[in-house]
Amino acid sequence: MTESRLTCRECVEFLMEYLDDTLAGQVRVTFERHLSACPNCVRYLESYKTTTTICKKAFEVRDGESVPPVPEELIQAILAARLKAE
Amino acid sequence: MLDEQALLQGLRDRRPEAFETLVRAYTPRLLAVARRMLGSDEDARDVVQDAFFNAFRAIDRFQGQAKLSTWLHRIVVNAALMKLRTRRRKPEESLEPLLPAFRENGHHADKFSAWDEAADDRAEREETRQVVRDAILTLPDTYREVLVLRDIEEMSTDETAHTLGITPNAVKIRLHRARLALRTLLDPHLRREPR
Ligand SMILES: [Zn+2]
Repeated sequence: MTESRLTCRECVEFLMEYLDDTLAGQVRVTFERHLSACPNCVRYLESYKTTTTICKKAFEVRDGESVPPVPEELIQAILAARLKAE
Repeated sequence: MLDEQALLQGLRDRRPEAFETLVRAYTPRLLAVARRMLGSDEDARDVVQDAFFNAFRAIDRFQGQAKLSTWLHRIVVNAALMKLRTRRRKPEESLEPLLPAFRENGHHADKFSAWDEAADDRAEREETRQVVRDAILTLPDTYREVLVLRDIEEMSTDETAHTLGITPNAVKIRLHRARLALRTLLDPHLRREPR
């Protein structure tokens, strides 16, 4: 009996589904078996995971964060456009 | 603090000072959001202007289940996506060089370093946040828009597919490839330094 095995390339293909927990049972088992034998893929998976969470943090406009001053012309242009919108 | 209910009533009554309060209160943040998606001050100003124009026209349809700020944010994101699509003139650069390489036997061609365990903490630092934003801006537009909607706006796959007019499967494929490319771009900044 030959055990089904995944290559690193296949693991990368399944990464997103694995992290979303939507990988079918049997594939999941072979995926995890590959990880337990391949530290390179483990490091890759961890960095992929961080990539997915770091984007949101990078885009947050925080309370109290200094945002560049808004040009008064922009405010006036927006308010002037309102009359056309109605 | 802004009293959203009072403000909304003012907007429905078409009181000019309500519009002015709205615009002055929300423009700075909305401008920052647009700038982060577009990488250009000029485009960001256009987008915020368009977004308010659309918001003014739709104000009577705003039901008030969501917060006014959330509603405006979503309008700006949509306007920024429109902008990305109209300024897309030349053929997009290929994502291929940013995807992981494999040997013939399917093994990774590269040996990866672990990322700094503090990468999550480092994400709190403005310097790292800027690196991540710059990296996202270098992604081809078709990939960036999917990444923005899924990983930053946290829309579902179906919602994203609907917004962009593509299939849910195309959303999944593009998101995955966008993340792989972004991981490659961030790697030199976040991997643990050899000691
Ligand atoms: Zn592997």
